[in-house]
Amino acid sequence: MWRNHLTEIIVFTVLFLLVSAMGFLAARWRAPKDMAHLDEWGLGGRTFGGWITWFLVGGDVYTAYTFVAVPALMFGAGAAGFFAVPYTIIVYPLVFLVLLRLWSVSRQHGFVTPADFVRTRFGSPTLALIIAITGIAATMPYIALQLVGIEAVLKTMGVTGDSTVARHLPIIIAFAILAAYTYQSGLRAPALIAFVKDSLIYIVILVAVIYLPYKLGGWGAIFDAADAKFKATPAPGDGILLNQNNQLQYVTLALGSALALFLYPHTQTGVLASRSRAVIKRNMSALPAYTLLLGLIALLGYMAIAAGVKPLPGAKEGTVDSNTVVPLLFDHTFPDWFAGVAYAAIGIGALVPAAIMSIAAANLFTRNIYKEYLKKDASAAQEAKVSKVASLVVKVGAVACIVFLDPQFSIDLQLIGGVIILQTLPAVGLGLYTRWFHRGALIAGWVAGMGLGVWMLYQIPNPATKRAHFGGSAFPLEKFGFDTPKTIYVGIVAVLVNLVVAALATLALKAGRVPDGTDGTSPGDYFVDEGDEKLDPRTRQDGDEVAVEPAPQV
Amino acid sequence: MSEPPVTAEPPGDVSPPREATDRSPWNWLLILPIVVPLAPALFNMDSPRLFGFPAYYWVQLAFIVLGVATTSVVYRMTRDRAVRS
Repeated sequence: MWRNHLTEIIVFTVLFLLVSAMGFLAARWRAPKDMAHLDEWGLGGRTFGGWITWFLVGGDVYTAYTFVAVPALMFGAGAAGFFAVPYTIIVYPLVFLVLLRLWSVSRQHGFVTPADFVRTRFGSPTLALIIAITGIAATMPYIALQLVGIEAVLKTMGVTGDSTVARHLPIIIAFAILAAYTYQSGLRAPALIAFVKDSLIYIVILVAVIYLPYKLGGWGAIFDAADAKFKATPAPGDGILLNQNNQLQYVTLALGSALALFLYPHTQTGVLASRSRAVIKRNMSALPAYTLLLGLIALLGYMAIAAGVKPLPGAKEGTVDSNTVVPLLFDHTFPDWFAGVAYAAIGIGALVPAAIMSIAAANLFTRNIYKEYLKKDASAAQEAKVSKVASLVVKVGAVACIVFLDPQFSIDLQLIGGVIILQTLPAVGLGLYTRWFHRGALIAGWVAGMGLGVWMLYQIPNPATKRAHFGGSAFPLEKFGFDTPKTIYVGIVAVLVNLVVAALATLALKAGRVPDGTDGTSPGDYFVDEGDEKLDPRTRQDGDEVAVEPAPQV
Repeated sequence: MSEPPVTAEPPGDVSPPREATDRSPWNWLLILPIVVPLAPALFNMDSPRLFGFPAYYWVQLAFIVLGVATTSVVYRMTRDRAVRS
């Protein structure tokens, strides 16, 4: 019952309201002369320095869902759940040079979305539309999943009800507040709130990793308890180490997730909002601090095992909601007021990425659908207006997903989302380096990768939840006719097929002399930096808190 | 991915004259923290334990240091190679 959790609820509510107030005030923070421009509303004026970018991208990549789902995975499957650590280590060296090129060319041409870049690079509004729709489709369920994070916390505090409306009312209210301040303040709201969110999460996790092992008999005892649990289960795939059959899955999942991460529109939004190439470079070394945090959070799953946590029942009879293990661990082991702080950290942690994701999806709609197909002569002010309204629509859609559909549906969609966003790698990722691919071939590759990826996901059963389809991302290689129990990450296979098809089709189309689009970028565009003469001075502002290197004079 | 294509700079058609490039031998260093964390043979074992952590966990967490070190080195070593003339 919620009455037993009164202290937690009060602390949670107070912190939540405090952050909401910050969200509304954010419109005045580093205020531009003219907010009615997509660069201002959607990219914070492209002026964020090192610290703001660190908090913003960190808050964007390491979401509330991650903080709840990764330990839940460790709780259920063990070592395989730790893939989040190599994933978020390799991603930064992997994209180090790529993001710099993306930032420069976007700054030079005023691109707001990845589809903007593809449109100019390949001279193809159709390819840009495909990229935009892929981005929106991959982002929507991600927003819905942030709600799953908040719900896990609310459920643990006993804030539930019998009817659909009563159960979801707190989430609807939370998202209405979020929608209102995002509408007003744009990207400045999550940027400002991210400071509070991340500070709370760092405090909670530092306390957790020092205090909980002390209470549970030390780290050795925690790992031994997890080991004992996995040895007692009949499932062959779990354990505190990987086995022969899931190593390939572990490696391909980490690599595939890393390749996909900065193809998501919301992560690119965080990157494009930064002020200079140096800001991005420094962040590639600074963002792994969050990876350490994530690794420690993952281990909360084992602490929950050692503490004897039993997850709350799920939506359906006979199932358990393993996403509740971390909130329950806090509830069992922390004093009430500190559990309230921890819950607020998760709740607020959901708001930051949800806001950035809805802004990114709205920008895609505005730039690549509205302006391209509905109103070609839209002014900058009209673009900003449409984006603001679209961000509301996106959030209503996300809430509707959670309220009216089984949350499992959002989790399935998110799984698919990771695979489909990877299919934009040839056009967006490789497109930053080479113009060799033919626009028609990129579309053909996308179709092949999408088709194969969704088919493979459909084929995967999950014995634990007794589902025949969409049971995970680990595809058994025996379905391809190999005589082996090994599994592989679907996304990697799909993107490889995508690349092969795109390459072969490029050769065919070039041989057939099919007209290709023109490239609207020039080689120098990929290296422009803050302070270059040719850049439009309108968006240049001073007054950031981070010392800037003196801009090299030309 | 770390190697940009060789492209001739079209003289004069972009305004400030520059020899823009992000090529540097230091960039090859970035391959190290991509490949090493993807080799389970290096860390998929229980001993030696460190502060109670099986090797699987502390070694992978230690790779964070490898990642930070290499990106920092590449940033520092390529910063002074001014990209403009």
